[in-house]
Amino acid sequence: MKTWLDAWPVYRQLTGSDPLGRGKAARSEATESVVSRTATADRVVQSVCPYCAVGCGQKVFVKDEKVVQIEGDPDSPISRGRLCPKGSASKQLVTSPTRETKVRYRRPYGTEWEDLDLDTAMQMIADRVLDARRKGWQDEDGGRRVRRTMGIASLGGATLDNEENYLMKKLYSAMGAIQIENQARI
Amino acid sequence: MPGLGTSFGRGGATNYQQDLANSDCIVIEGSNMAECHPVGFQWVMEAKARGAKIIHIDPRFTRTSAVADLHVPIRAGADIAFLGGLINHVLDNDLYFKEYVVAYTNASALVNEEFQDTEDLDGLFSGYDPDKQHYDQKSWQYEPEEEPHSGHDDSAKAREQEEGSQHEDVKRTDQAQAAGSGGPPIAAKPKRDETLQHPRTVFQILKRHYSRYTPEMVAEVCGIEPQVFRTVADWVTSNSGRDRTTAWVYSVGWTQHTVGAQYIRTASILQTLLGNMGRPGGGIMALRGHASIQGSTDIPTLFNLLPGYLQMPNAIQHHSLDDFVAESQGVAGFWGNMRSYMVSLLKAWWGDAATAENDFCFDYLPRINGDHSSYRSIADMIEGKVKGYFLVGENPVIGHANGRMQRFGLANLEWLVVRDLQMIESASFWKDAAEIETGELVTDQIATEVFFLPAASHVEKEGTFTQTQRLLQWRHKAVEPPGDARSDLWFYFHLGRILRERLKDSTDPRDRPLLDLTWDYPTHGETADPSGEAVLREINGVGPDGRALSSYMELKDDGSTTSGCWIYCGVFADEVNQAARRKPGREQGPAALEWGWAWPLNRRLLYNRASADPDGKPWSERKKYVWWDEEAGKWDGIDVPDFEPKKRPDYVPPEGAKGPAALAGTDPFVMQSDGKAWLFAPKGLQDGPLPTHYEPAESPVKNGLYGVQANPTREQIDAPWNRTNPSSSSVFPFTFTTYRLTEHHTAGGMSRTLPYLAELQPEFFVEVSPELAEERGLEHGGWATIVSGRSAVEARVLVTERMRPMHVGGTVVHQIGVPYHWGSTGISTGDSGNDLTGVVMDPNVHIQESKAATCDIRPGRRPRGKALIEFMEDYRKRAGMESGLVPVGGRAPMDSVSGEAKPGRGPAAVQPGE
Repeated sequence: MKTWLDAWPVYRQLTGSDPLGRGKAARSEATESVVSRTATADRVVQSVCPYCAVGCGQKVFVKDEKVVQIEGDPDSPISRGRLCPKGSASKQLVTSPTRETKVRYRRPYGTEWEDLDLDTAMQMIADRVLDARRKGWQDEDGGRRVRRTMGIASLGGATLDNEENYLMKKLYSAMGAIQIENQARI
Repeated sequence: MPGLGTSFGRGGATNYQQDLANSDCIVIEGSNMAECHPVGFQWVMEAKARGAKIIHIDPRFTRTSAVADLHVPIRAGADIAFLGGLINHVLDNDLYFKEYVVAYTNASALVNEEFQDTEDLDGLFSGYDPDKQHYDQKSWQYEPEEEPHSGHDDSAKAREQEEGSQHEDVKRTDQAQAAGSGGPPIAAKPKRDETLQHPRTVFQILKRHYSRYTPEMVAEVCGIEPQVFRTVADWVTSNSGRDRTTAWVYSVGWTQHTVGAQYIRTASILQTLLGNMGRPGGGIMALRGHASIQGSTDIPTLFNLLPGYLQMPNAIQHHSLDDFVAESQGVAGFWGNMRSYMVSLLKAWWGDAATAENDFCFDYLPRINGDHSSYRSIADMIEGKVKGYFLVGENPVIGHANGRMQRFGLANLEWLVVRDLQMIESASFWKDAAEIETGELVTDQIATEVFFLPAASHVEKEGTFTQTQRLLQWRHKAVEPPGDARSDLWFYFHLGRILRERLKDSTDPRDRPLLDLTWDYPTHGETADPSGEAVLREINGVGPDGRALSSYMELKDDGSTTSGCWIYCGVFADEVNQAARRKPGREQGPAALEWGWAWPLNRRLLYNRASADPDGKPWSERKKYVWWDEEAGKWDGIDVPDFEPKKRPDYVPPEGAKGPAALAGTDPFVMQSDGKAWLFAPKGLQDGPLPTHYEPAESPVKNGLYGVQANPTREQIDAPWNRTNPSSSSVFPFTFTTYRLTEHHTAGGMSRTLPYLAELQPEFFVEVSPELAEERGLEHGGWATIVSGRSAVEARVLVTERMRPMHVGGTVVHQIGVPYHWGSTGISTGDSGNDLTGVVMDPNVHIQESKAATCDIRPGRRPRGKALIEFMEDYRKRAGMESGLVPVGGRAPMDSVSGEAKPGRGPAAVQPGE
């Protein structure tokens, strides 16, 4: 009987320390048992927001190897825990159900996407790189030594990591590709 | 950022965002900081709370204007006229910081006798070649002190290189950007007149050059009333000097112009005259729009640069390592050690194969000989010259100018690899391009083979971003990427591995660079993801003992050291990933030196030697930052001094000194070969030693200042798929300017796909003033069609007083705001604003002018299918433009590039109604 009455907010309001019913009396058992996702995460990983160049600190909360929340990092001297609408939405960016997670392939003159195995795709791309490199190769241009290929171009986003840009520039230069560009020019 | 690089020696924001709180006045111009960098904007508000004046100068009234003390509406494309007006005001009224200007700038340098200014030539400088549309920059140079004062190790070779640098193919390679960390080398120190009275001193030339930029002229060109101009001038000058500092903040609102680099130069001149550089609360804050856009130029995936702003060798000048370094080797400043940086890079790439005997494999590097930038490559694609293309986290058919041109480029490739998180328009163009609907592209006639490879997100890989204040911050990996998604590090490492395997038995000399490449990074996990830390350590470099180096000053030119990017040397000092340091901000000093790592050498405020007077004492107690400690015999302060720590302020370089030793104790701009901030740039820029107001390539008005209408050296690609609107055209009477919204990110791949953000900004719209709405019958919330010579798009109309008609030289100029995030995929879809923008570029950096162009606007939705082609052709005809018709597949040839005629027509064009 007592338990049943306790579950009734009006009873708690009339008998408890919250006569206006705006605090404890209004809290149900369900509310009491709610715990934030950040409290139950297995680990918290420090990261950086991937949108603009302010460089806000992010804390990435992981549970069962899934990202469950991304919040601003109060430790950051730049952002002091704040995130803008984009940064605040970045959990959706990484957990989006519309993310492509499989290789897609469109053959020449094709009208639809097809499936393709990642390893096969890598081998096919390597074939094409070697072919385009050969077709566009120049030992000289206008009588001057250039030893390069004009067959391959590349355009990177400015959300690439430094390490990624580094390997790209290193590999492209070694293969002789020069038309290597980045959003940074824009 | 060659505007900054040429002026000060390094192409990076000079101060850090938190330092804005120390400003007494902040001018935000060419940026909507509150909406585009909202979290950084807290430091502007912090300054305001401490009493600073905030000024926002922008064509649109935005949320930045709403919290500023003053919003100054300006006509898009008129900023040089405005800033030139301020320079004139400062010089005319003796409001510059005299001691600072005499000691730390090139104001007293003498320019040679042949130099002629725009004052003499009605808008041109001496050396202009109207046929080639290039300048010969010889007459802009200093009058040198007597020989042999050149510090060059090999003067004859340096002179030869100097000559070569004037070759037009070399100029097209974008030399200016190579000033990213090392100003352009100058052959000899200039003669000086420290009284600044000699008529050929930089100071007097500057005075003369800007004398016509009067408040009245500013009013006529910019649409800013003289009393508003005076308020800005008063606030800025009264908040600059010994005790006070003013900061200038800009973003792409300044860079995306045919005179973009010169916009930044104008601000650099003004801030230098006011003595605001190298000081707390001062400086020029370049706000960049992407997480690692600074990093992407520091370690560039750019055609003209190698890591650390070393130039890509060019075929005309650089036949050997000696040639490559000749212009810089031995000159004063840290650029004088360029050979050490280059040899260390070659050693990092080719390891044991690189020896002194084989020039450290210098010849393995491919050579450039012209403009190979992105837009030029797209034009080449349309002509079928490029076979394969990689798009790595980039969606150019939406994010770059002239979407139609971009799509024609992609449709004429043999193959395309796209790596992204979501399906984007640049991968699916073969079925959903706007040109499929018009019949200009036909899906089953497009030969391009497309590979879409899913990418890992920022939490699914480890690595560093370099944000807007040159700060490297390490991200730890939180989770594994899903399915086939991989990091770009994984992709390039394994592509390289496969290529090397394929070629392992090759005897072809062209394969040696790939086979000799150091490419053995440790991997981890099931997917064999390469270690980001191992790559970062290679970027840092190691010494002869195999240990990580801690400073670029340790780099040697004998092959005993390596460094993949010399300016990042120190990020792995003491074998510690310094970019991963995370001491909470509240537990350390204002510069937060133990949070991440900034280049160079963790210095947070560049040129901070200039925060002290020539004797090494702070200019004032209030603006104390770095100073000379006589007792300790070193520089001290709240930041790492951007100066040799033990170089005395009274140090005078001995005769014959080279490199850093040739800089005096009063030379704070250590990457410049004269140690000074450049008011006048005797070298390094294609379009003039001093910024000059030119109208945008497409302008509704005539140039009110000179006979020359637009930048005479601007770069143009003329073709049916890229027509430029004539200026002062009644067919295209309005100016439009593109911009971003808080809730979306550039081409939208990372925002239009997210439910939260798509809901917050669900639809493409344009902003117009009530007056323009009245004039054209536009209804708030209704549809409008916006038309340029490239294409027509439809958008919802937002009628708002935030857009104000500008009164310019007796005419009224209406401006239209066009956010550019939309495309055909994602949750929130719409036409793309960049289908309107054309490709006409700054000659220094090949950046397009998307912040000021002309258009028409009319009520209602745009025509569809073939009717759109007809509609566009009619517009072009009425405007007196050439046809924009292209054959099916888009492969129409270029008519001309930069004024060079290219004869020959392609197959018959798709006709309207066909």
